[in-house]
Amino acid sequence: MSSSHEIAVEIGGMPILVRTADPSFRELLASRYAGFIGASAEPSFELDVDLVPPSPEMASDEDVRVEMQGGQWHLRRGDFRAQWDPRLRRGRVRQTANPYSIDSVLRIVHTLVLAREGGFLLHAASAIRQGRAFLFSGVSGAGKTTISRLAPPDAILLSDEISYVRRAGEGYSACGTPFAGELARVGENCSAPIGTLYFLAQGPENRIEPVNPAEAARCLLRNVLFFAEDAELVKLIFRSACEFVDRVPVQRLTFVPDQRVWDLIQ
Amino acid sequence: MSDRYIARSTEIAARILGGEMMIMSAVDSTFFTLNEVATAVWQAADGRTPLSEIVVRAVCDQFEVDPEVARADVDAFVDELSRHGILLVSDRPFDNASSGPGEAA
Repeated sequence: MSSSHEIAVEIGGMPILVRTADPSFRELLASRYAGFIGASAEPSFELDVDLVPPSPEMASDEDVRVEMQGGQWHLRRGDFRAQWDPRLRRGRVRQTANPYSIDSVLRIVHTLVLAREGGFLLHAASAIRQGRAFLFSGVSGAGKTTISRLAPPDAILLSDEISYVRRAGEGYSACGTPFAGELARVGENCSAPIGTLYFLAQGPENRIEPVNPAEAARCLLRNVLFFAEDAELVKLIFRSACEFVDRVPVQRLTFVPDQRVWDLIQ
Repeated sequence: MSDRYIARSTEIAARILGGEMMIMSAVDSTFFTLNEVATAVWQAADGRTPLSEIVVRAVCDQFEVDPEVARADVDAFVDELSRHGILLVSDRPFDNASSGPGEAA
């Protein structure tokens, strides 16, 4: 009988107990998610990882697919296969011993769980300053890494790539994530109410402009991480985006890539 | 020329935000923002009112638009949204918007 090794990865206040038969994989997770390891006594979710040897089957370029079949989410990419049961709050992953596959599965599971709670993962850098979180969203090249690198010492970086947005009463809070981008710096595991969402553009001067609600929702939806091909989930994400722009100020931030831009962020 | 009937699909999410009607297809995630005239047509798409009547009542009577221009614009709008499954189109009235066209009236 093989023993199992567990570790609770807690992102956004949601502990997912990851179970593996391989102690070295557990150690890999402990290192990868340092700062986001929670107590495993009462996990909200459970994920069993079956490690398989490298093979052509687990090394294809197949894009990620997420589909609901028979009450279970089926997650599939070239390098992993997984199922997630939203009612039992548990799932199973088959992958080789690498951190990238489990990282993607965790992101997808969080998007599925958050969608039912009015939250989402967003392509955005985020940081806390003076008790409020600020999100800086945009496609690749818009400046997420740049603005993260320029953050002043009093700013607490939550992520330079993937921001975690949760409903919190009448507003929203942003939580730190270990999902790093080019800066390769894991975010701080803390959260704060969201003050403003900025859509980034780089330009000849630092400037903040209003964004009308419809445009804000359109830009937001363009940057929400969304994997599932599922009509009900599309409706949930749409509703979440509309409610978010109803409650949180959304502005366009054009900036010159130097530290003075942060004078505007407070 | 036979008339057409249009009905809003249930496979969409829609909401007015900042005075603009936003619609997203739940099938292919296509996103539309409708202007005032398109919103009027959208809101009149009950599956039972002939499109020609919608053009007159919701567009020509409410906005200063030439009937022929209005009809052409509405036809183009309907064709575009129907391609994404956002509007259902039939040459017969719909029993209800979610179950497709009913028996010919």
